Amino acid sequence: MELDFGPDVRDFRDEVRDWLADHLVGEFAEHRGVGGPTDGAAWEVRLAWDRELSAGGWLGVGWPREYGGRGLGLLEEIVFEYEYARVNAPYRATVNALDLLGPMLLRMGSEAQKKRFLPPILAVEELWGQGFSEPGAGSDLASVRTRAELDDGGTSRSSGAESGGEWVVNGQKVWTSFGVHADWLYVLTRTDPRSARHKGLSLLLVPTDQPGVEIRPIRNLAGQDEFAEVFLSDARTGADMVVGEVGQGWRTAMATLGIERGTTLLPQQLTFEREAEALIDLARERGALDDPMLRRRIVDAWISVRIMRTTNLRTIAELTAGRTPGAQATTAKLYASTRHQQLGRLATELAGPAGQIVGEGYALDRRQRSFLLSLAETIYGGSSEIQRNIIGEQVLGLPKEPRP
Amino acid sequence: MDLTFSEEQDELRKVVRSFLARHSDEANVRRLAADLQGHDPVVWRRMAGELGLQGLAVPEEYGGSGFGYVDLGIVFEEAGRALLGGPYFATVALAAEALLRCADEQARHDFLPGIASGGTVATLALTEEGGRWDEQGIGLTAAYDETGGWRLNGVKTYVPDGHLADLLLVAARTPSGTSLLAVETADAPGLARTPLPTLDQTRKQARVEFTDTPARLLGPEGTAWPALERTLATAAVLLAAEQVGGAAAALDAAVEYAKIREQYGRPIGSFQGIKHKCADMLMEIESARSAAYGGLWALDAGGDTEIAIAAALAQAFCSEAFTKVAADNIQVHGGIGFTWEHPAHLYFKRAKSSEVLLGTPSYHRELLATRLGI
Repeated sequence: MELDFGPDVRDFRDEVRDWLADHLVGEFAEHRGVGGPTDGAAWEVRLAWDRELSAGGWLGVGWPREYGGRGLGLLEEIVFEYEYARVNAPYRATVNALDLLGPMLLRMGSEAQKKRFLPPILAVEELWGQGFSEPGAGSDLASVRTRAELDDGGTSRSSGAESGGEWVVNGQKVWTSFGVHADWLYVLTRTDPRSARHKGLSLLLVPTDQPGVEIRPIRNLAGQDEFAEVFLSDARTGADMVVGEVGQGWRTAMATLGIERGTTLLPQQLTFEREAEALIDLARERGALDDPMLRRRIVDAWISVRIMRTTNLRTIAELTAGRTPGAQATTAKLYASTRHQQLGRLATELAGPAGQIVGEGYALDRRQRSFLLSLAETIYGGSSEIQRNIIGEQVLGLPKEPRP
Repeated sequence: MDLTFSEEQDELRKVVRSFLARHSDEANVRRLAADLQGHDPVVWRRMAGELGLQGLAVPEEYGGSGFGYVDLGIVFEEAGRALLGGPYFATVALAAEALLRCADEQARHDFLPGIASGGTVATLALTEEGGRWDEQGIGLTAAYDETGGWRLNGVKTYVPDGHLADLLLVAARTPSGTSLLAVETADAPGLARTPLPTLDQTRKQARVEFTDTPARLLGPEGTAWPALERTLATAAVLLAAEQVGGAAAALDAAVEYAKIREQYGRPIGSFQGIKHKCADMLMEIESARSAAYGGLWALDAGGDTEIAIAAALAQAFCSEAFTKVAADNIQVHGGIGFTWEHPAHLYFKRAKSSEVLLGTPSYHRELLATRLGI
């Protein structure tokens, strides 16, 4: 099923197609399909590819022109993402800034923040890491303990920004994707020390190039250094580096997570479709199609990816028609993440003993990498358990769990 | 792209839902369920007269209103939600569709206006003792007799609403292959019809015996199977929409109960054991919606291959989704959900009967695999 987004965007689609055909060549083409939200493989090539995209004007298609974007609509953004995923281009190394921080700043940032940070994001000059999770606060972000205090230099007690004061940040963050490469972090902090839970949190933008920030890589279970732990010891950032209002960081963080759950699905879905096709080819090679049990699971894997596609199309159609997306937009992540894991398990099983052998230095092939990394999909962006709470409480209106 | 509903379609849904809330409420569902005939002619006529539901997707030239399958799917979704009894599925999803697909323009002109007006109850008689929905399952024969035309001999059974139908469309073997024949049941000689007591009392079935019963051949002899296959694909998608509606109603009931029923001093819906089950039910339903809506969109805009694939997918997935959600609804209700007085079992039984109505999920998975070349 070829997607037709209508005559209005056909020229734009052709432009995207032509550009991708001309530029996704050489080393970039060799790294087709590399990466994912948690995959730090082939980092340098991917970064170079992001710069190529930037030079072509393809980063920030929907962002306003004044910040370096193309100023086009949601439909064009979707068409670009779709065409991008269709040719299996490398997953963008700048995902944290492009897909999460950028949209958040556009929605909630100050004018000065937008002017200062958005153009360098689109120029791939500054890389960003997300500082939400903590060792004691993974799914429970409301229990964030990293503290930030305003040091106004003793000149004023009212406004740090005007007095040129600074935030002093202390705490520890973890699971920061691509953290070792980050020039800046957007960090959820507790700015009111007497506050409890989600009150009194603020979102701060913190530069990493300072003595108070130490970033140590952590290896994930696939053997990659894609994420990091971050130690903040009297790290400093300007008083004007709060996104949204002081004390409103919870709302800002939740909005970001909402964006995260939405944006990763469309490109992922096409990757999953490719994996399902590869699974069928593998089953055919291995003569597994005659086994009724395997056959059933193979057909189910195909059904799953087709359902993911239709679900996404429903959401896209609603968004572009100016309607509020239905409940499927909320259940899509839970469905996609669990079904993708099933697909990976089946593929690994079909690959047999040979699929259990890895390359030197724990080098994984595409199937192995995707299978192992899929285990993160039910954790990041809100775990499946958190998703079920959100669906239960916010969509179905069930009573909240009593919280101590 | 037209993958979302229009305001007119939202309005259609509202109108149908409110009509069914009045005429297919629990009391009426139970009344028809307890009756072996299971048909309310007054409601049937109002469905046609006030809302035009029987002829919604029938082209205007045959007396219908010429809407698409997405519109019809909305009606089936609402019918599933309300556990509508009576011959709507048999007449609209099976018989009207078979007429539209068969190569017989005259038959369309003769029969479709009656269906659209609510004057005719019709069904498709395909299955026999073997319960198969494929071409190989057709054993009943039709023979041509120079003096009296076509005559049917044999037995069809598990025929949806076959005991009620004014018009039977019968799949039969003739010397040239599979053919479709029409029998108008009023005063038809050699026709014996017996309603069958069904596990799911909300959807009736009948056994139909033919003994030298005169019948009218529709379209050229021996060429009916592709039209029947397409009819079954359409019916599979509409049944999937009905299953989505049934599942949605079951979830609504579960959620409503989980909000008010207290155990250990708080509503059970506040416990993750119940809350997460309800969340999974919604995920299952939304996925089933995608499967069913994908089928409806294919019927309106897709080619034959796309329709065949989307239909098999929809039936394989939505069947199991409805059954799972209907069972989970009973579980959420606990002991009360296991009683005859509570409606939860009505949905569960409808789910199980729908699972086999057009062939089991395994059968549809196999159809899908074949159509995908797996």
